[in-house]
Amino acid sequence: MNALLLSAVLGVVMMFSGLFIKQRSVIRAIAIAGLIGLIMVNFLEMRGIMLFNIDTRGMMDFDRFALLFNTIAFASTLIYFVLSARDMEKVSVHYAEFFALIYFILCGICLTTSFRSLLILFLGIEIISIPLYILTGSDKRNLKSNEASLKYFLLGAFSTGLMLMGIALLYGAKGSFDTRVISFPAGAPTAIFIAGMVLLLFSMAFKVSAAPFHFWTPDVYDGAPTVFTSFMATIVKAAVFIGFLRLFDEAFGFYPGSWKLLIAVLTAITLFIGNITAVFQQSVKRMLAYSSIAQAGFMMMAIYAMNTEAKEGLLLYTTAYSLATIGIFAVLIKMNDYSFEGFNGFARKEPVLAATITIFLLSLAGIPLTAGFLSKFYMLKATLATGGYLWLVIFAVLMAAVGVYYYFRVIQAMYFKDGEAQVIQVTPVFKYSMVILAALVIVLGIFPNLLLYWYYF
Amino acid sequence: MIVVLLILIPLLSGLAAFAFRDERAVRAWSLFSCIVTLLISIAGIAIIKDQDLLQYRADWLSGLGSSISLRLDGMGQLLCLLTAMAYPLVFFATWKTSYRKSHNFYALMLLAQAGLMGVFLAMDALLFYFFWELALIPMYFLCSQWGGEKRIAVTFKFFIYTFVGSVLMLIAILYIYSQTPGRSFDIEAFYQAALSKKEQGWLFWLFFIALAVKMPVFPFHTWQPDTYEQSPSATTMILNAVMAKMGLLGLLRWLFPVLPLASFQWADFITPLALIGGIYAGLIAIRQDDLKKLIAYSSIAHMGLMCAAAFAQNQSGLQGVMIQMFNHGIIIIGLWIVVDIIEKQLGTKKISELGGLAQKAPALAIGLVVISLANIALPLTSAFPGEFLMFNGIFNSLTKYNVWFIVLAGLGIIIGAVYTLNMIRKVFFGEMNSITQSARDAWSNEKLVLALIIMLILVLGIYPQLALNESREVSAAINQKFEMVRELLTEQKK
Repeated sequence: MNALLLSAVLGVVMMFSGLFIKQRSVIRAIAIAGLIGLIMVNFLEMRGIMLFNIDTRGMMDFDRFALLFNTIAFASTLIYFVLSARDMEKVSVHYAEFFALIYFILCGICLTTSFRSLLILFLGIEIISIPLYILTGSDKRNLKSNEASLKYFLLGAFSTGLMLMGIALLYGAKGSFDTRVISFPAGAPTAIFIAGMVLLLFSMAFKVSAAPFHFWTPDVYDGAPTVFTSFMATIVKAAVFIGFLRLFDEAFGFYPGSWKLLIAVLTAITLFIGNITAVFQQSVKRMLAYSSIAQAGFMMMAIYAMNTEAKEGLLLYTTAYSLATIGIFAVLIKMNDYSFEGFNGFARKEPVLAATITIFLLSLAGIPLTAGFLSKFYMLKATLATGGYLWLVIFAVLMAAVGVYYYFRVIQAMYFKDGEAQVIQVTPVFKYSMVILAALVIVLGIFPNLLLYWYYF
Repeated sequence: MIVVLLILIPLLSGLAAFAFRDERAVRAWSLFSCIVTLLISIAGIAIIKDQDLLQYRADWLSGLGSSISLRLDGMGQLLCLLTAMAYPLVFFATWKTSYRKSHNFYALMLLAQAGLMGVFLAMDALLFYFFWELALIPMYFLCSQWGGEKRIAVTFKFFIYTFVGSVLMLIAILYIYSQTPGRSFDIEAFYQAALSKKEQGWLFWLFFIALAVKMPVFPFHTWQPDTYEQSPSATTMILNAVMAKMGLLGLLRWLFPVLPLASFQWADFITPLALIGGIYAGLIAIRQDDLKKLIAYSSIAHMGLMCAAAFAQNQSGLQGVMIQMFNHGIIIIGLWIVVDIIEKQLGTKKISELGGLAQKAPALAIGLVVISLANIALPLTSAFPGEFLMFNGIFNSLTKYNVWFIVLAGLGIIIGAVYTLNMIRKVFFGEMNSITQSARDAWSNEKLVLALIIMLILVLGIYPQLALNESREVSAAINQKFEMVRELLTEQKK
């Protein structure tokens, strides 16, 4: 609740700061300071200190799961600001507005992660989506950016329609928007109920870019200004996943598990399409777009498994994935050539950055000692703990092995191939932040309890 | 405590090595580090008898039921000693080789050593898996960065092969974990996992593929000759001498005791696979013109024999494999060193382009002949007792095909003698040609290493009791598992 209100207020503050403040460094400083404030008030709430006392009539529930994820999202955004906020200047002149939009998205994230009523879920998803449409199209003179934005908007509006339809059907079947009422199984589920659930499943699958609802993802991620791709491929996607898990855990968890087969099939398709298509990409940016689909496939396993391990694992997974991807994008944004060849010889030019990117890539590929391994490990363990669907687990690890192929292509280009990679201008702060981020990825890979401890505390 | 040092010293000195800028300094530092490791491992084997010092336990992922659990048992002692010995030998033998960005090279080598030590010491399945991969990653970078012309593609094949294998193993580990009493990754809990016959059947394959790729056993060997040929010599030595043993260790310590029923039942399928694979590799080795590939294929043949002997599943076979793991490691380093010397000074590793080297390089020739004789397991060399035990094991195994297996194994040995002696004849004897005219003898550091290796070969060949003592208890413990299986099966038959 603390963070929800403060993030909305900060959004407005950033909007007006664009009017009154002309220096960009000051705007940036305000944004970063605001984010630190956001983390602090959210932390206060985790310790039980509420700054506001508003009766939500049971429509929202800020439990540990939601609060911990909010902290993760805010902290990742902070890292994102520190690494990449400077690069937003290049996109367009309306610098402060970007921060305002991002704060509104964070507000939507707070809603999505802590809903108890389907209406709040809908609000949250919409508050996340609409600023994203704008951010995608923010490079106004770039045709690709405009195209991506329009595509995203049209398809997004369509999936929103599906979601509303699903909510309406569920309301018709159960007479309530409240997930606790919906979860109460009264007899066999009716046709209306099943239709509503499937529509909700499809629309959420669209938002997390699970196949076969992923078609917008590569184009939108590729067309959007890279600096915003970084944000929407990581923090936003992670938040929607948390909402996804929450929805199915709370509303449908008690129903007999035939819908689980549907999710398992979606998971398998997502893993397959994401990984196999990523192999054939020539641009690192597009490869990362497909890799985000592939990683979504792994996260879908949490929604299939839906047990304690799955929840812990999803928290860890979103963290590991967001940190690593933000790190890689932070460097990619500064490059002119997004192709794999553009990275040839990068290690010789920028040894420190190359080493950190290597750690991020190893994490995404799921190599032990990095957070990426343990998060995949949790997903596999959660799925095995459900007792069935061994084929899904085996398929997932084989796809993870395919993932190694395209992640390692970047490593090969950086270290083993000769070429004139571009020397990028970075500040020492940027370098230190990258090193700290890489260290964080490794520390979480050895001691995941540093993070998961907060889930129970 | 001593087991922690065996991992920490290479790990920390490896990380420190990244910071060096001077090649001579980093070389000395790495040699110093691995000699310290060697001294500690000798102390751990010969001097310290206090069990508390030889094991270590600390909480790690308590929620998952995994802990940092390390112990030095008999097989671990042999393999840790092999790792600890291999490094100084390799570093000293390649002392004069210069590497681009040498600090990275030595750092990665030491990190790989930490990973290898960890694999041999880990008594927790998840930790074992961690180290299993940790050993692989530095090797990937070493081979891709400092290898030959085709290194990137070849190493990548190697990496993908082993990675696919190890993720399948991870599934097996996870599944067994879910069946353990009290949900723990501890090895003792794994030994007690309640697994039905059917479950063991498919878990066995998930596990075995990872190990078979690592060893490598036919038909999972295709990555091996190219990788050994393309990698820098020092890395190849470690890959072949030490890393290949990871697969056998996994077989003996993890696969057999955890899935005894399935291991017992699949033995009749895998033994001929391994033996025929060995013969096949031997036949290719006969036709090989490339020295490095010849040794690579000969190594496949030897690993096949060891794998078959392990699947004989009796005391003699198991113990034979354990001491042979050590001996094969030492012998193969010797062979690689000789090849490395020849290639570096003459610029070729084609057998057809060499000849008459013995006249120019007598010391090298003596070294190669002794090591080669050990490679074909002549009596009085260290490989003999091991191979004798392994043959004995295969012959006495409970399968009804044991005579066939022993014939196949014997055929493999004969083929081994053919290509090894052929190689000696073509490279060291016969006419000198324009290339070998310019040959020199081994440098003093190389001579010293070869002398040390020959000494080890002879000492362990004449007095094998040293290695036998170390391996007796562990092999008896593994054998115990199979005794139980046999009893179970005979009861079922009744």
